[in-house]
Amino acid sequence: MADSKAPPHDAPHDHGLAHTTPVWLLITILLALLFFTVLTVAVTSFDLGAQGNLVVAMVIATIKAGLVATFFMHLAWDKRFHAIGLAAGVLFFILFLSMVVADRGEYQIDIDRHGEKYPFKMK
Amino acid sequence: MTDTTSETQSNSETNGHSAPPPGDHEPHEKAEAHAPNGHGGGHGHGQYPHLAHHFDSPQQQFDAGKLGIWLFLFQEVLFFAGLFCAYTVYRAQNPEIFVYAHYHLDTTMGAINTCVLLVSSLTAAWAVRNAQLGEKNKLVLNISITILCAFVFLGVKYKEYAHKVHEGTLWGHHFNPEHELWELDSFKTKHPESAELAEKIAAIQFEGLPKREHRGEHEGSGAEAKAPAAKPAALPTAMAGATDSDTKVRRIQSLLFQASDETLHPLVAAGIIKHDILATTGLERPAKAHIFFGIYFFMTGLHGVHVVAGIIVWVWMLVKAKRGQFGPNYFGPIDYAALYWHLVDLVWIYLFPLLYLIH
Repeated sequence: MADSKAPPHDAPHDHGLAHTTPVWLLITILLALLFFTVLTVAVTSFDLGAQGNLVVAMVIATIKAGLVATFFMHLAWDKRFHAIGLAAGVLFFILFLSMVVADRGEYQIDIDRHGEKYPFKMK
Repeated sequence: MTDTTSETQSNSETNGHSAPPPGDHEPHEKAEAHAPNGHGGGHGHGQYPHLAHHFDSPQQQFDAGKLGIWLFLFQEVLFFAGLFCAYTVYRAQNPEIFVYAHYHLDTTMGAINTCVLLVSSLTAAWAVRNAQLGEKNKLVLNISITILCAFVFLGVKYKEYAHKVHEGTLWGHHFNPEHELWELDSFKTKHPESAELAEKIAAIQFEGLPKREHRGEHEGSGAEAKAPAAKPAALPTAMAGATDSDTKVRRIQSLLFQASDETLHPLVAAGIIKHDILATTGLERPAKAHIFFGIYFFMTGLHGVHVVAGIIVWVWMLVKAKRGQFGPNYFGPIDYAALYWHLVDLVWIYLFPLLYLIH
């Protein structure tokens, strides 16, 4: 149904121009989001190795973001183009991030030199 | 709008590629386009008072607006991407300052704000449903709750900012913390033994130094005003001026050697002591800790600006909703406002663990 301009008009929650999200689903999503919030706070008290905690936190955040985008932002029933666009934005984000991360060590010598030449002074 | 024939023509052309489903909406609306218009604007859309004259149908108007808001949201993702890149680079370069600085943040406040934003996202999504179904009163209620949540969020944010101003945990040269890491409750509760060890070391390190007396005053009287000259710029160049430093260093190092790895680790991770005990001459503050607060204020500040913009949009929507403008054929603005609001929520979903929940 995603590739047609409008969802079928006999769909139970359809109201003409766009899908209407049922209340029970909205509340379920909120409860899931709150659960993941509690989880992500709780998990910080466990040591999961060098970058383990960061990875887990980011995975949980991404699940939460996915829930918001899919249901609150209607992407599940929306035109696929919007989801593709958002995914493209996120992919470019990851691309920027990858280039920057791959490159960041290159200037360490300059940073150190600069730090020696202009040490940070407290006021 | 005199040539209704060509309008109908273009209408069928516009929708032609998308194979409109065999519902009762399209034909109905085309038929109505010929009817004398009801609002005297010469728009020819008498059936739909909110249909702008340059659109053929509510569906086209809605889809166009929705594409517009999504294009805006795509660039918002890229806009925030720059800041997340900055965050990543600085965290990769200086992991210890992020560990150090996150103890200065109040996780409870952050968690409350996360929940507040999530609830407001629910009410925003619910408002879209209300608008679609023409439930005016519920729509007004849900928009009001959304605005209320936004204000609660900003209120909590204000408390946090005010606390940081008071504590001196600010960006750049304004970074001049009132309390050292081991004096913070957040650090003490999480790592009681490490805090105790640090206290002992501090006692040796600042023993007999005028600095220490001032520090003592500050600790004792809490919010004692900042006497700028006397304010201890404290630690950064550890032990630089100590006279009998060799003895002190030896005493400090022997304390460190006696401590367990579990006790030392939190201090090492936060850049308070060096990994190599023999190279440690005393407690330090990570040299670039101010960078974290630069990033913190920039990211949360920009997010806060988005919340303020969201409030303005929602107030506008509230006015429109109170006038009963929304219904099954016109709810686009509520949908777009909600989409924007969800994106603001999405950004916070990442900011919260990245800033508050550093391990």
